[in-house]
Amino acid sequence: MQEATSAAAEMATYGLEADERYGFFTDTTLCIGCKACEVACKEWNELPQDGYNFTAESYDNTSQLSGTTWRHVAFIEQFALPVERPDPAEGPVTVRIGDGVPPQSDQSGRWLMSSDVCKHCAHAACLDVCPTGALFRTEFGSVVVQQDICNGCGYCVPACPFGVIEQIPKDGRVGKCTLCYDRLKDGESPACAKACPTESIQFGKVDELRERAQKRLAAVQNEFQGAQLYGADEGDGIGGAGAFFLLLDKPEVYGLPPDPVVTTRDVLKMWKFAAWAAATTVGVLVLSGMLPD
Amino acid sequence: MNEHGASYYGRPIVRAPIWKAEIAWYLFFGGLAGGSASISFIARLRGNDPLRTRLLLIAACAVCLSTYCLIKDLGKPERFLNMLRLFKPTSPMNMGTWIFSAFSGSVFTVLAAEFFHIPALGAIASASAAFLGPALCTYTGVLLADTATPVWHDAYPDLPFVFAGGALASSGAAALLTLRLDQAGLARRCMLAGVALEVLGNARMMGRLGDFLAQPYRHGKAGNFAAASERLTLAGGALALVAGKNQWANRAGALLVFGGAIYRRFAIFEAGKQSALDPKYTVVPQRERADRRAGASA
Repeated sequence: MQEATSAAAEMATYGLEADERYGFFTDTTLCIGCKACEVACKEWNELPQDGYNFTAESYDNTSQLSGTTWRHVAFIEQFALPVERPDPAEGPVTVRIGDGVPPQSDQSGRWLMSSDVCKHCAHAACLDVCPTGALFRTEFGSVVVQQDICNGCGYCVPACPFGVIEQIPKDGRVGKCTLCYDRLKDGESPACAKACPTESIQFGKVDELRERAQKRLAAVQNEFQGAQLYGADEGDGIGGAGAFFLLLDKPEVYGLPPDPVVTTRDVLKMWKFAAWAAATTVGVLVLSGMLPD
Repeated sequence: MNEHGASYYGRPIVRAPIWKAEIAWYLFFGGLAGGSASISFIARLRGNDPLRTRLLLIAACAVCLSTYCLIKDLGKPERFLNMLRLFKPTSPMNMGTWIFSAFSGSVFTVLAAEFFHIPALGAIASASAAFLGPALCTYTGVLLADTATPVWHDAYPDLPFVFAGGALASSGAAALLTLRLDQAGLARRCMLAGVALEVLGNARMMGRLGDFLAQPYRHGKAGNFAAASERLTLAGGALALVAGKNQWANRAGALLVFGGAIYRRFAIFEAGKQSALDPKYTVVPQRERADRRAGASA
């Protein structure tokens, strides 16, 4: 089952057109929170604005990825100030104090910034559950929605273990990062990586990016306690992400699931239980049919 | 471990299903259609004409309502037929559309055979609908479970049984409500067996989810729906069981069971949404799993 849905197997259908797997390595130690990636993505992909929202959640007024927001820069403030943590029940305006790993002794606190994006999973739940085949695996190993096929059934939305893909309001179809499929076709790098001024977002062949990420982790893990790679392991529940990260704290602090698993990993077992339930139904019908009125 | 499970400004990690109430209704009507067509076939074998034709009509109405709900909920309803572009077992929605299409085709063929008096065709199509009916009643369990929604995915062994039980219970109840008791003995037995299957399946599901993951079934809208469905189903089943040959007591029991089956679908539907909207149901089990694995490898 897992083998059959591997990126390599699906890319094999491209024959001579198949390319190597491409993706992003987002090194959050380099992110300065400029949001150039968000803007570049909106510009290139002609995505509408999200409106003028004020969340009071640090410098983040984008809040999350959506059908029309394919890059999202998260801002996490970790300051060990002598302030009591406000009661979350008091309202949406809360300042998070000291979440996750405590700051090092020589600092009064730290900012974490990270540009989130679709993970382009090797085992992609959105693609597996899509009933129309609108979602497909490209020759670059990325996962893309064909807007002329999608009928807006919404099944991919709860299937994604990262909560990335979402329905586009007033349109009905779903949208997410395409890894700039059109730019890749022309040998260009995705707009966000091109616009990133600090090379926090690095685009390239996934194999090379993974090596680079391991080296970078080794270089920084003494300086940053809690530094870890996220999504770079082929043995994880999604078969390794095409877009992976170097994080400085636990994934959940960034709003990422700690141990994502593609839901279709269990789909054969699910069908077996459904078959048993159907057989039980038949049994009930036969028995009820044999009994006298 | 932090019981609340740290998350980014308390935001959900996975997305709640965007499906509207139509899908909860579809879970009910699909089950009603599948159950009714199956019982109708058994009634045909027993030569019970009133029960056979009544359940056939109920199945046909439920198919129409299901079709309406399924298409209405799409973001692009005019593209409904794109569902049949391929045959894809990893997508329960795709498989379900095939099952539903074949099933509804069979039901309307039986209806046409009745109308034009072609008994042979009616028997074949009725058998086909009875074969597909149980599949239609149970695939919806896979449909919900094949998501990252915590209370749905982790309940995958039980959801098909709960849905099968609810389908038998509501179909039997529908016949009991609209026929004389002496014509609906088979329907009554199916209803009682369905009630048992639904209640036992649900109890097993709660046990499997455990105290933490079963919380969505105890709070908010889902909690209200779950409590209502449990009370209605148990009370209705008990009433019909002790009613014996009393027609009106049986009908009162059937009405309660029918309502209980509707509430059960809404309970499961809403609990899924609630479990996705609170990040702790995603973070806490995954964090424990990750820590356990890290501990084992260290």
